[in-house]
Amino acid sequence: MSTILDYLGSDHRVCDNLFAASEEAVSKRNWEGASKLFGQFHHAMERHFAMEEQVLFPSFEAKTGNSLGPTRIMRAEHEQMRLLMQEMESAVSSHDGSIFLGMSETLNMLMQQHNLKEENMLYPMSDRALATERETLLRDMDTIDK
Amino acid sequence: MNSQPGLSFEQAPPFHQPLRFFLTAPLFLLVAGVLLAMESGGLNSRWSAGALALTHALTLGFLAMVMLGALMQILPVVAGSTLPASRTVAMVSHAALTLGTTFLMTGFLRSSPVALGSGIVLLLTGFMVFIAAATISLMRVAGSDTVRGMRHALASLALTVLLGGLLALIRAGWENPPMIEGASTAHAGFGLLGWILLLVAGVAYQVVPMFQITPPYPLLLRRWLTGVLFVLLLLRALVPLHAAPAVFVIDACLAAGMLMFAFVTLRLQSQRRRKLPDITLDYWRTGMTSLIACVAVWLPAQCWPAWAKSDARPLLLGVLFLYGFAASVVTGMLYKIVPFLAWFHLQAQHQAKAGTIPNMKQMITERKMRLQFRVHLAALLLLVAAVAWPNVLHIHAGIAVALSSLLLLSNMFAALRLYLKHGGRMS
Repeated sequence: MSTILDYLGSDHRVCDNLFAASEEAVSKRNWEGASKLFGQFHHAMERHFAMEEQVLFPSFEAKTGNSLGPTRIMRAEHEQMRLLMQEMESAVSSHDGSIFLGMSETLNMLMQQHNLKEENMLYPMSDRALATERETLLRDMDTIDK
Repeated sequence: MNSQPGLSFEQAPPFHQPLRFFLTAPLFLLVAGVLLAMESGGLNSRWSAGALALTHALTLGFLAMVMLGALMQILPVVAGSTLPASRTVAMVSHAALTLGTTFLMTGFLRSSPVALGSGIVLLLTGFMVFIAAATISLMRVAGSDTVRGMRHALASLALTVLLGGLLALIRAGWENPPMIEGASTAHAGFGLLGWILLLVAGVAYQVVPMFQITPPYPLLLRRWLTGVLFVLLLLRALVPLHAAPAVFVIDACLAAGMLMFAFVTLRLQSQRRRKLPDITLDYWRTGMTSLIACVAVWLPAQCWPAWAKSDARPLLLGVLFLYGFAASVVTGMLYKIVPFLAWFHLQAQHQAKAGTIPNMKQMITERKMRLQFRVHLAALLLLVAAVAWPNVLHIHAGIAVALSSLLLLSNMFAALRLYLKHGGRMS
């Protein structure tokens, strides 16, 4: 059986790969490819956020009785990432490579340090705290719109 | 959740805490450059007052300064644990490190026991405060590969500082004990290969895959490298220096560890998913190449006694390790950390929409970083050449080091200016 760390951790890698591909397309000024790849990346990120915000975080908060701790900070960082992705989306539409790449560099730092916190701490904590309902949680996350 | 140790997830410390370390560090590099340009003594013998002052400007004033500031920032991310009383720890360790390094350098240059003594007291205080806080912070968390690397690095730092204190007391006129040569070798070993290399390795496990999106470091290497190197350093300090075969075997193993780390890092970076030009990548590649060059300089000494006894060999190793490897890697890190923190704090303080505040590449432009990188490379090459011809080239090398540090400082101030211009607060 997969763990939360394996499941959501490998989803981080999926997002990373789409991120790198869309950045590469922009750097080559391949706007058509960039638009498609960024769209896929954006969708994958929103889906990942939804799996966490709608399934994992509420269960974690209910189990640990803490909605002001790690999950609050993770939600706040999701919002910061959403804002950057909005700007990147409009940079793709207006074919502004330099704004896109400045935003993507910023997003990469934010996203990667966020992933580290999740993979080093939050996911292992969740695997421990939610061991009994893990299978149901993984199933629920899997049903979120692909 | 706060009752669970090591899982506090507290937000990063306020911007001014790491920033004061980052803005002070290039000043010591500047001083080192000016000293070198003024006289060639620093490159004539590793034991000269000038060489000792230069080395410590680099190791304490620049490298340790940035590394302590960066650790404060990185600990919450990689270990989920902030420093206890981080505000006080930042203030005390920064002030003690700045003043202590200045006194120590003065003590070397002026042969002043009072300055040396004050330097030691300040440095011991500053480092012990920091090490104690970091130890508490790292004791609270489960041991990941990076956390283990940091623990080994901090233990090495503690040993380096204690041995350094002892050596400085001897220089200040204290009785000369019989173990002096062993103590100075161990001081350099723990300082360079322990504190610097093990910390860089521990941090690299996280940041190399993160900055360029590369595959992770191999599991075996992550699990064993820093621990094995640390044990080798302990053995190296305990084995008598005249036991040549044992010393050679230990040194060869240390060199193999360095090579392994450098080659694996270069290979991972060549497999990166993000293919864009990146200054930090260039800095890390320079650093890893210099690390490999260190081994290439060390190796011939084993079968060529004239090279082993030459004054140039330890100086060349020092230049390659401290300026080529450590200063390059640390500068590369600054170019990621400072623009990101400026953006991050600005965004968090104002809940600003992304387009209304400068992004990372606007905080410090690529062009300015690239220029500084080129000057740093020129300084490195001039330093290497100046080891061979110190009397001719010390001025050029010194000016290049000073210029590179000024450009680094000006680049960081550019980010700070934009941060303040957009209403960023310091506390």
